[in-house]
Amino acid sequence: MTITEKILAAHAGKEKVSPGDLLNAKVDLILANDITAPIAITEFGKTGAKKVFDNKRVALIPDHFAPQKDIKAAEQCKMLREFSKEQNLDLYFEVGRMGVEHALLPEQGIVVPGDLVIGADSHTCTYGGLGAFATGVGSTDVAAAMASGECWFKVPESMKFIYYGKLNKWVSGKDLILHTIGDIGVDGALYRAMEFEGEVINSLPMSGRLTMCNMAIEAGGKNGLIVPDAITEAYVNGRAKRPYKFYTSDKDAVYADIREYDCSKIEPTVACPHLPSNTKQASELSSITIDQVVVGSCTNGRIEDLREAAEIIKGKKVNPNVRMIVIPATQQIYLQAVREGLAEIFVEAEAVFSTPTCGPCLGGHMGILAKGERALATTNRNFVGRMGDPGSEVYLSNPAVAAASAIKGRIALPEETI
Amino acid sequence: MILKGKTWKFGNNIDTDAIIPARYLNTSDPEELAKHVMEDADPDFPNKMQKGDMIIAEANFGCGSSREHAPIALKASGIQAVIAKSFARIFYRNSFNIGLPIFESDEAVAKITQGDEIEVNADNGVIKNISKGEKYSAKPIPPFMQELIAAGGLVEWTKKRL
Repeated sequence: MTITEKILAAHAGKEKVSPGDLLNAKVDLILANDITAPIAITEFGKTGAKKVFDNKRVALIPDHFAPQKDIKAAEQCKMLREFSKEQNLDLYFEVGRMGVEHALLPEQGIVVPGDLVIGADSHTCTYGGLGAFATGVGSTDVAAAMASGECWFKVPESMKFIYYGKLNKWVSGKDLILHTIGDIGVDGALYRAMEFEGEVINSLPMSGRLTMCNMAIEAGGKNGLIVPDAITEAYVNGRAKRPYKFYTSDKDAVYADIREYDCSKIEPTVACPHLPSNTKQASELSSITIDQVVVGSCTNGRIEDLREAAEIIKGKKVNPNVRMIVIPATQQIYLQAVREGLAEIFVEAEAVFSTPTCGPCLGGHMGILAKGERALATTNRNFVGRMGDPGSEVYLSNPAVAAASAIKGRIALPEETI
Repeated sequence: MILKGKTWKFGNNIDTDAIIPARYLNTSDPEELAKHVMEDADPDFPNKMQKGDMIIAEANFGCGSSREHAPIALKASGIQAVIAKSFARIFYRNSFNIGLPIFESDEAVAKITQGDEIEVNADNGVIKNISKGEKYSAKPIPPFMQELIAAGGLVEWTKKRL
């Protein structure tokens, strides 16, 4: 069996499962945010359940339109707060303690290897970077699971992606996953598990692993997964709030497709409007001028990402035609960025350094685009209207390319600024 | 159940930001969401569509976010059903969970032209094109999904099992 099949089987109390099997499995953690939890809370009420199945396993995180951007958003956040109090939830994160959910939960050791996690947010697949099975579902699925502690799954076929060779300078997990989505398309892994492996993955830091699994959904994937190893152990050791278990894929596990990538051929990669699969090498796009740069999100808002951007922009200024917005994904990352002097580097470069929020990634607040404006962002989606007006454009890149582009006022390679 | 209505055609990869842009997600009121349905795919759509119409789309309809607001907005606007070559996974789940009828059929998508009047038999997946006098078939709805529909959605199904 693959690691995906093993985790699903273990949570469904079965010895063996195969792709296509339908099963009810116990979930270790359920999460929802200020956009999706209000519907889940309402639907939960209709199940007839009075209490959630376990008040230690439901996480509610107001991060999308929080700090509350308007009255309606405040009302939605209030629903989360009141429900959390009523249900005595351990895992409610108020503004000031919250962070972008998929950065926060791994950081706090709330999601651990071997977990089965569902979240009413499509980027729940991020936790595959830890060796957990995690997938996005809707609010009603969350409501049902909050009541029963279970969720139904169809066991997905798995695809294997092998990365070999040596990573080029300024190429990170973001470039690998953009390159992969560019190769297979936005439905290239539809309904399937995406398992990433190979010598490059073996030495990829946890931040890059989380970034890769985060974007599995952008290829239509049900989940992303990296078999846990020493890097995983080093990350979760001392952090994990619950016991964890490392699963691996068997040597004779069956894959629907196996793809290999020679990483020495992968350059810094950018997804052009309006699909994450519309990728080009950053070097081909030097004529594309930009109005805004965003560094942040569940994809690339971790401390490693901020360090990468700060390294490029240190001692330089953001181009006068550009607004650069840097958003650490959690309070801990924010504090770390302050202590390491990264916040100072960004502010001195005349960038905005914001409190954690999903904000502009989904066109919520903190950096919305006007008609005709163009952004380069380290986020995950560049659909029409994603960051503002339907007549605006979003390009996606890694943090180093984003910082270099902020300096140049156009899409640029880090080498051009050093 | 027989669904009858006029059709609107859309292309590949219609994402959830196109179905209901995130800028309207500070509410989950179905009527409010319905006012902006498909707005970023076609700004006039909320005005020109009629209750009972159906959407015909190419592959990967509903890709992107997990927002249940997408099928909710379609349902509340009066869209009776969506027929596509394929659906993104979370949208597919969400549609069954909230009771928006969806069907997969390459043939129907290829042959229906915008404005055709069609009749969909939700029980057996037979799609009649009244305008063209043709008949197509949709992929059968998996047994578990039929169980969910029969129960009246996931909430009702869960209620019975608690």
